[in-house]
This record gives sequence, C-alpha cells and structure tokens, in this order.
Amino acid sequence: MIAALAIADLALSRGVRRLFEGQSLRLEAGEAMMLSGANGVGKTSLLRAVAGLLRPDAGVVSFIDQGGAELDAEEARADHLHLAGHHDGLKTQRRAGEEFAFWADWLGGGAQDRAAAIDAFDLEPLLALDVRVLSAGQRRRLALARLRAAPRPLWLLDEPLAPLDTRWRSVMATEMAAHVGRGGLILAAAHDPLPIPCRVTEIAA
Amino acid sequence: MSPLLALFRRELALAWGRGGGPLNTLAFYVGTAALLPLAVGAEPKRLAAVATGAAFAALALASLLSLERMFERDFEDGGLDLLVIAGPSLSAASAVKALAQWTANGLPLALLSPLIAAMLGASWTLAPIIALSSLLAGLAMTFIGGAGAALALGARRGGLLLVVIVLPLYAPPVILGSGAVEALSSGLPWTSPLLFLAAYALMAMALTPFAMAAACRNAVS
Repeated sequence: MIAALAIADLALSRGVRRLFEGQSLRLEAGEAMMLSGANGVGKTSLLRAVAGLLRPDAGVVSFIDQGGAELDAEEARADHLHLAGHHDGLKTQRRAGEEFAFWADWLGGGAQDRAAAIDAFDLEPLLALDVRVLSAGQRRRLALARLRAAPRPLWLLDEPLAPLDTRWRSVMATEMAAHVGRGGLILAAAHDPLPIPCRVTEIAA
Repeated sequence: MSPLLALFRRELALAWGRGGGPLNTLAFYVGTAALLPLAVGAEPKRLAAVATGAAFAALALASLLSLERMFERDFEDGGLDLLVIAGPSLSAASAVKALAQWTANGLPLALLSPLIAAMLGASWTLAPIIALSSLLAGLAMTFIGGAGAALALGARRGGLLLVVIVLPLYAPPVILGSGAVEALSSGLPWTSPLLFLAAYALMAMALTPFAMAAACRNAVS
C-alpha cells in the first residue's frame, strides 16, 4: 500500500523542450493535491511521470509505505495507482458493460467493488449501450468508475471533472472526499479548484 | 476473470466485432489466389508448379493486412497507457494480443490454405502439410508483425513502415513453409524444413513479446 508519494527535484522534457525542473512535492495518505498552472506547463506530463509512462530527465519519484520504507516503484505502479487521463481507454465499437467488465478484470476488481462502482456512478442504464453512442460525460463516468471498481490508494487524475455536469461533479466530489477519508491519496491536474479541501501546487516553467 | 484471459477475449471480440476484420483478410487471400491463374495462364501444369509458392506468398501478404490495428486502437484511445501501467507484465499482455490476433486471422487463413493450394492445382494429398506449415508460418508472421506494429505506433504512414520492417522477416517462413510442401510433393525429406519453420515460429513467440513491450513503452512516453 502506498502511504506517501514523494517527488524530488523532478525535471521533465517533451521533445527538445524542457517543461520544468527542480519540482518537488510530497503527498501523504489522506491528502489531496491540486496541480495548477498554465496550459502546456507540464501538469499532464508530471502525472504521467508519476505513473511511470514518462522517464524524467532528472529527479526521483518514490512511493513510500506505512512503515516509511520505499516500495518497489514498478510494483507500486502496477498494483497501487490509478491514472484517469484525457483519454478514456474505451473502445467505441463495444458495449459499455463489456468495457467496464474488461477494465475491472484487468485491474483486478472484486464483485462487490464493481457493484459499488456501478451504483455510485449510476452506470446501470448505460451498460447495455455501445460506447459509440455515449456522450463525453457518460464516457468519463464509465472511466472514473474504474477508480471504485478496483480500489487503489493513489489516484492520478487529469482534469477529471471537465466533461461532467453539475450533478456528476458533486458525485465525483463525494467519491474523492470518501477516498481521502479512507486514507487514499489524490493528485489531480485541474484548472478549476477541486471540490474538496486540498493543497495546491503551482507548476511553473 | 483473470486479466490475461479477459484481454484475450476482448481482443478476439474486437477482431470479430462489427466490421468483420478477418473476413477482409480471408477475402484478400482468396482474391489473390483467384487472380493468379488469370495472370499466369490457366494450364494446370504451369499452375501446379507455382501453386504452393503462390499460396504462401498470398498468405504472407494477407496476414499483413490487419496487423496495423493491433496496438493502434489502444494507443489512440488511451487504453495502452493502462495496459502499460497496471495489471500483468506488458510482455505477457503483448503475447496475449498477438495470440488473439493469430486466432482471429492466422488460424482461419491456415485452415483455408489447403483449399487455396488445391484450387491452384496442388494435390489434395498435400493438404495436411500445407495446413500445418501455414499454421506455423502464420504464428511466426503474427508475432513478428506484432513487433513491427508496435514499432510503427505513432509514426506517420505507420502502415508503410510496418511493411518495410516486417517483410524481410517474413522471408524465412515463406521459404521454409513452401519448401516443406515442395519437398514432400517431390518425395524428398520434408521434416527438416518443417522443423526449422517450427523453430522459427517458437523463437518469434519467445522473443517478440519483449520487443512489443519495449516499443509500446516507447510509444506512450
């Protein structure tokens, strides 16, 4: 289990362009943090570096367990974190229910958690539909439901609320508050303030 | 359901889903074989001489058709990120994807191959060895093609790049597969080309998943 995320002196580039350097932050269990900053400053890249998709130019990302020991980064990423990005990872030609079940299988979610996820995001009426006919907000709900279907302590969220309407923003706020309340960690890139109490880290070039 | 089994079923469903990808491949295979007699002339003798070779060349080209989509769909919709980060190792996932690709495309092609060869005038007694060597050649081609597809991810004109990467590596299965069939039909020892083909297929299955995984990691970064 991840009890803290520590980023030290991180430097990231995209192509030849240096996004930022010397970025450090520490996130403890039961905390949420919002990454803010102008478009293109590297919020998404930072999340992807934490998830292990981008290799940093310099600096270290470490995952720390309850005892204060450092976890094996690869294992921590494979089993203990969620990345919910701009792209929902859903195949348009398949049914919503099939896609939901596949990702829950892939992430190792149990039956009880799946039912809770379907309930929380009210997916029941969507499951029989093709992903193709869902709206952007409905697709995002389907993607966010993975967070509940396979409980993992660290949530990396990239503009999670963007396509959601008021009702689902408040549902997502409840989910985020509950996750933090259970001792989870949330690191979210966003432009609008997060709907839960959080620290704000400004990313600047 | 175990993650890898779930992935296999999903890949199969995607391959056979609306659009009927494998039917495209099969139609291409049959079409190529049907055009050949029109091009080289329909005398049975001349046709029988090129039958197995032509059938294998058509098989190689047909198995190229659907490769491009193998990783591209996941790359475009962000699913590849999740396959890379979470769940079983990426090389296991790549192997499962290639196996599903083969089950959807390579297996039907191999089952069709004796019919294609017979249509071109090869003897029916050769049907079992044609099917067997097509199965093995198809396995090798799918796994090598998967590595090519992963390497071509994100490139402009990825399809062209894929063909350039993969086609040279398709030469051994074509040579060995048609070689085994030719050897049997002319009464020569045929087991060694077949065993070499099996070895080539096994080597491709053992090595290329790591290449696919590395190329996918590179593509999402």
